[in-house]
Amino acid sequence: MSEKTITNTSFLNDAGNRALLFQAVLLVVVVAVGYYLFHNLQANLQTQGISTGFSFLNEPAGFPILIHLIDYTEANSYGRAFVVALINTILISLIGIIFATIIGVVMGLARLSQNWLVARLATVYIETLRNIPLLLQMFFWYFAVLAALPHPRDSIIFGDFLLNKRGVYSPNPIFQDGIGIAIGAFFIALAASIALIIWAKKRQKRTGVWFPAYWSSLAIIVFGTILGFAIAGFPVEFELPQKSRFNVSGGMVLVPEFVAVLVALSTYTGAFIAEIVRAGILSVNWGQTEAARSLGLKDSLTQRLIVLPQALRVIIPPLTSQFLNLAKNSSLGAAIAYPELVAVVMGTTLNQTGQAIETIGLCMLVYGSLSLSISFFMNWYNKKMSLVER
Amino acid sequence: MTIEFKPSPSLPPPQNSVGAVAWIRKNFFSSPLNIFLTIFSFYIIYLLFPPMIEWALINATWSGESKAACTAGGACWAFIGVYFKQFMYGLYPAEETWRVNLALIMLIVLVAMYAIKAINKGLLTAVILLVYPVVAFILFSGGMFGLEPVETTNWGGLFLTTLLGVVGIVASLPLGVLLALGRRSDMPIVKSVCVVFIETIRAVPLITVLFMASVMIPLFLPDGLNFNKLLRVLIGITLFSAAYMAEVIRGGLQAIPKGQYEAADAMGLTYWQSMILVILPQALKLVIPGIVNTFIGLFKDTTLVYIVGMFDLLGRIQAANHDANWLGTTTEGYAFAGLVYWAICFGMSRYSMAVERKLDTGHKRN
Repeated sequence: MSEKTITNTSFLNDAGNRALLFQAVLLVVVVAVGYYLFHNLQANLQTQGISTGFSFLNEPAGFPILIHLIDYTEANSYGRAFVVALINTILISLIGIIFATIIGVVMGLARLSQNWLVARLATVYIETLRNIPLLLQMFFWYFAVLAALPHPRDSIIFGDFLLNKRGVYSPNPIFQDGIGIAIGAFFIALAASIALIIWAKKRQKRTGVWFPAYWSSLAIIVFGTILGFAIAGFPVEFELPQKSRFNVSGGMVLVPEFVAVLVALSTYTGAFIAEIVRAGILSVNWGQTEAARSLGLKDSLTQRLIVLPQALRVIIPPLTSQFLNLAKNSSLGAAIAYPELVAVVMGTTLNQTGQAIETIGLCMLVYGSLSLSISFFMNWYNKKMSLVER
Repeated sequence: MTIEFKPSPSLPPPQNSVGAVAWIRKNFFSSPLNIFLTIFSFYIIYLLFPPMIEWALINATWSGESKAACTAGGACWAFIGVYFKQFMYGLYPAEETWRVNLALIMLIVLVAMYAIKAINKGLLTAVILLVYPVVAFILFSGGMFGLEPVETTNWGGLFLTTLLGVVGIVASLPLGVLLALGRRSDMPIVKSVCVVFIETIRAVPLITVLFMASVMIPLFLPDGLNFNKLLRVLIGITLFSAAYMAEVIRGGLQAIPKGQYEAADAMGLTYWQSMILVILPQALKLVIPGIVNTFIGLFKDTTLVYIVGMFDLLGRIQAANHDANWLGTTTEGYAFAGLVYWAICFGMSRYSMAVERKLDTGHKRN
C-alpha cells in the first residue's frame, strides 16, 4: 500500500477553492457595479449642474409647515424644517404605538372572549382592517370622514370641545407662575410611590405578605399632584376655543391630517397586534392555568402571574416588528399632507432643491436609526422578560 | 338493631349543557360581566349595521349618469358604474381592453391546467414563467402583430394593481429564497452582502424605496439609457418584498433539523441538489403562512405607487373623486376599492390556510 494520498481532484472540484473563487467573483461584480453607478452619478450630476453636499440645509426653506412643535417660520432653514419633520414623525409614531397597543390588546382579548358576540365583533374588526390597504384607510378617514364634518360656523360642540372640518378644538391650558410647585409635587409623589413599591416587594419577599402598593401609589400620585396644585393656587388657566362667524380662534387644535394619520395607523396596526396578542395567550398551555388554580390562585392573579409573563415571551418579538412597521408606515402620512419626514424632506425639499441623493439618503438614514432604536429597546425588554434557562 | 335504609331525595337534574338555550346561557349570560358585554355588543351592532345597510343597500341609487340621479339619500353606486372601466383598466383605450381580459383568461386557464393529471407540471411551469410573460407583455403594450401600441402611462386601475402584485409575487419568491440561502451561507462575503441588503431594505419604508426607483435610479444610469418608470417601480417593489421574504424563508430553513442537512450531505448530494430536493421543500412548506402574509402585504403595498404618480385602482378612485360632476361620492369610491382589496387579500389568506392543511404531513409541533 502506498502512503500517497490520491489527489485526482482538479482545482475547481475542491469545495473550498470554489467558494473562494465564487466570492472573489461576487466581490468584483459588486465593486464594479458600485463603481459604474457612482461614475454615472458623477457624470449626470455634472451635466445637470447639481452640486452635491449638505450645504442646502442652511438655506432658507421658504415653505410653511402645518404642525411644528418647535418654533418654525418660512424664514428658517431646510435644516430646521428637517428637524420639525423628524419631530412630527416621532410624535405620530409614539402616540400611534401607544394607541395601537391598547386597541390590539383589547381586540385580542375580545376575540378570545367567552361571549360569542364579542368574539365575533372582534373577528370582524380584525379581518376587515387587516385586509384593506393602509393608504386606502388613511384616505377614507381624511377625505371621506373628516372632510365631511361641518364648516367651522356649524361646529359640533361637546362642552368645551369643538369639532369641525378644520380639526378638533380643545381648551388650551396656559400655565401661570407657580406651576413649578405643582410639577415638583408630582415628581415627589412619583418618587414616593416608587419607593413604596420597592418596600412592598422587599417586605413580601421577607414575610410573604403583600401590601397593595400599586393602588396606594396611584392614590399618592393623584392626590399628591392635586395637593401641589392647591398649594400653588391652581396656576392653570384654560383658553377656550371661541367660535366666530367663519373660523374658530383660540384653544388647542388637532388638525385633521394628524387625526386621520393617527386613527388609520393605530386601528390598522391594532388589528395586527390583536392577532399577536391572541396567538401569545393561546400559546400558553392550559395546564398552566389549571396548575395555578389548583394552587389556589385567584383568576386575576393567575392571569397576571402565570399566563401573562409566559404569553409576553411569545408576544414581544412580533410586537416589535409591528411597532417598526407602524413607524415606517407613518411615512404614508405624506399622501394626505401630514408634514412628516417624507412629505417635508423627500417632497417639498427635494422639489425645491433637486438634491435627490441627499434628501432620500437622509430619510433612509433617519428611518434606519429609528428602526434600530425601537428594536434595541424591544430587544432589551425581550431579554428582560425572556425565560431564564438554567 | 337494624338500620333502615332511607335514600335521600334525588337531586334535581343539572341544567342543560347542550342545546340552544344552554348555548345562549353559556355564551351570553354566564356572568354579570358577560351580560353587560352582550348588551354592549348589541348596542354597537345597532349603532353600526342598520345605518350601514340602509346607506349601502336600501337607500342606494344603482344607476344613473350623474350625481343628480342620486336623490335617495343613500350610496350613489351610479358613480362606480360610470367610472367602472377606468377603475378596472385605467386609461387603457376602451376598444383595446379585450387584450387585458384575454391575458387574464389565459393566465387563469394555464393555472387551472395544474389540476389536470396528464399534463407535465414542469413544462407547464416553464410555459407560465417563460412564455406567458412575453405573450402578456406583447398583448399589453402592443406595437407588434398589428396591435395598437399602448403606453405604460395609460395602464392603470385594477389591471395595474394586479400586474404589480403578480409580478412582484412571482419575482420576489425566488429572489427571497436566494437571499435567505445567502444569509445562511458559510461564505463570509456572500453572507455579508445578503445581510446588508436585507437589513437595509427592511429598515426603510417602501415609500423611500419607490422614491428611489422613480427619482434616483435615472441619476445612476448613463446618459441616454433610461428605462420605463413602471419597470423601475416594479424592481423597487420586488426588491422590497424579497428582503421580507428572505427573512420568512430563513425562519423555515432554521426550523429544519440539522440531521436533514447532514443526511443530504451523506447521500452525496451537491449543495444545490440538497437544497432543492431536501431542504427547501420542507422549509417552504413550514412557512407558507408567512410567505402568504408577505404576498398579502405586497399586494396592499402596491397602493403606494399612487404617491409616485402612477394610477392604480386607488389612484384612479382618487382621480375620479376630483370630478366636479360627482362631488361627494368619495365614500362610495373608497367602499368599492376597500371591497375589492378585501376580497383579494381575504381570499389569499383563506387559500393559504387550505394549502397549509393539505400539505400538512404531521411534522408540525403542536
